[in-house]
Amino acid sequence: MLDARLGRRLGSFALDVPLQAHAGHTTVLVGESGAGKTSVLKLLAGLDRLDGGWVTVGGERYADAAAGLHLPAWERDVGYVGQDYALFPHLSAAENVAFGLRASGVARRRVQPMVDEALGLVGLAELGRRLPSQLSGGQQQRVALARALVLNPQLLLLDEPLSSLDLQTRRAVRVELRELLKRLPCITVYVTHSPAEALLFGAQIVVLDGGRVAQAGSREELLMHPRSPFVAELVGTNLFIGRSAAGDIAGRPAIRTPEGLVVIEDSSGAGTVYLTVNPREITLSRTAPQSSAQNVFEGEVLEIIPEPPAGERVRVVLNTRPMLVAEVTPEGLAGLSLEEGTRIYAAFKATGVHRYF
Amino acid sequence: MPASSKRHDSISVLALRAFGVVLVGFLALLLGLPLLSLVFRIPPTALLARLGDPLILQALRLSLVTSVFATALVVSTGLPAAYLLATREFRGKRVLEALIDLPMVLPPTVAGVALLTAFGRSGLAGKALAAVGVSLPFTTLAVVIAQAFVSAPFFVGAARAGFIEVDRKYLDAAATLRAAPVYTFARVLVPLAMPSLLAGAAMSWARALGEFGATITFAGNMPGITQTMPLAVYLALQSDLEAAVTLAVLLLIVSLAVLLVVRFTPSRLAAVTLDAGRTTR
Repeated sequence: MLDARLGRRLGSFALDVPLQAHAGHTTVLVGESGAGKTSVLKLLAGLDRLDGGWVTVGGERYADAAAGLHLPAWERDVGYVGQDYALFPHLSAAENVAFGLRASGVARRRVQPMVDEALGLVGLAELGRRLPSQLSGGQQQRVALARALVLNPQLLLLDEPLSSLDLQTRRAVRVELRELLKRLPCITVYVTHSPAEALLFGAQIVVLDGGRVAQAGSREELLMHPRSPFVAELVGTNLFIGRSAAGDIAGRPAIRTPEGLVVIEDSSGAGTVYLTVNPREITLSRTAPQSSAQNVFEGEVLEIIPEPPAGERVRVVLNTRPMLVAEVTPEGLAGLSLEEGTRIYAAFKATGVHRYF
Repeated sequence: MPASSKRHDSISVLALRAFGVVLVGFLALLLGLPLLSLVFRIPPTALLARLGDPLILQALRLSLVTSVFATALVVSTGLPAAYLLATREFRGKRVLEALIDLPMVLPPTVAGVALLTAFGRSGLAGKALAAVGVSLPFTTLAVVIAQAFVSAPFFVGAARAGFIEVDRKYLDAAATLRAAPVYTFARVLVPLAMPSLLAGAAMSWARALGEFGATITFAGNMPGITQTMPLAVYLALQSDLEAAVTLAVLLLIVSLAVLLVVRFTPSRLAAVTLDAGRTTR
């Protein structure tokens, strides 16, 4: 198990991230660029020094700021696959994989079988003699993975392993990589800026924002119960945070939020209440809807985003307060003749609101 | 008025251009004429015939041996120094770098005098050496030391630049693959910096081969012992002009060859980083 608290000051940026992760699982760190994701990995790998906190892997202390302990990277049982793989350009794929074994003094005759096995594991048994420059991006990524895995690390760190691949390769590699990671016995920490990748790879997800943890939990927890606007945006839903028992509107229970009242089905309970509204539950219209049972917000279209890949639905971002995202069909979009700047009403029913505490 | 000012402009531009051409032509004459006249002074057949001359052969052999040893000395001591300069920050680093570069701009005779005051019979280290019966000045070893002294900055500078050029990501990758710094140095840093190291060694060797001032001051001018090719050229000039020219042409060819090799060896490092850039972005 990995137990860490990572404190680091980098100029005006302060990182403070508690992190737990378990063997046999993939823990995803997700956040925008500059959130501190790569810094976390460098601290775990020993490529950077902690200013505060500690790193413990499998019961062994790798670093402890208070005790002045810092095990250098080459003495840690950690595998690291950086964003651009950093395969040694002067060594063949097989020599790249053998590098760590040779450096750690594995007997010469044992190196070759281990290299063959590792290359086989990532499906590159045939390409061992090629130089990195003769491999495609996807193949380079797999060599980098084999190079780390051949050392059988307790902790495997992956920094945006798919980001430098083109779109087509990424799709194929994503599936393979997920299957491979599932079979690994090590603790895997996977860094990405992509919410889709986070949800695909992470059984446990840690959302980083400005060097801090915005929310951490299982994939289901994050999807169902986002706790901050940042996480809500990440999982692609609309979030209201308010206080319960605020009174009724036209005989219906409602929650008071900083952005106004939201009508819901049941307002029992007290304290902070989180309300999410699926973008598909929101209907758009050019004129004010008549039904008083609905929640209505008025604003302008800020952005129209075709949902990849085929654009089955279109996401419409509105500058209402709070900022709402609606998903409509392309036909619906055409019928409303929406474009950026169009004044519009967004409405959702009380039954479309998901409530949790 | 605008038309005439435009014509005025074009005339002054033309004049400036012509002036530039004249200046460049003058420089070409200044640099090229001596080299050309040197090459055409003696017909190639006579040149080849003179190569067997014992005086020339002796100087040639001595020059090759001493310059190779000097380069080996510079490379083996310069490699760790360049590594430290490239990777560490410490107080007085700038001053140290300036001191290492100093022999590049120092008049070679000054270097020779400095070497004499250090290793001469009454010099700082010379006294200690004399106590154990070793006298450096006016020996072949002194030639090697003089050559190493003046040629070291060429290698250290190139090696340092080569090490800095190696992308940090490779060193980080090596560290996470259980490679301690010494292993990383030997298996990653040196191979990736190899084009710069080779270029630096070649420049350093060429400088050692052409060394004159420090050698004649510190090591003297004894045929077979300290009389290298440049010294032989100077000496032959007073007695045997043809021999001097033969030696000079030989040195010219070697120098030109080294420069061409350094210039036209495709930088493997540059090619590699270019490749990486293409596949990652």
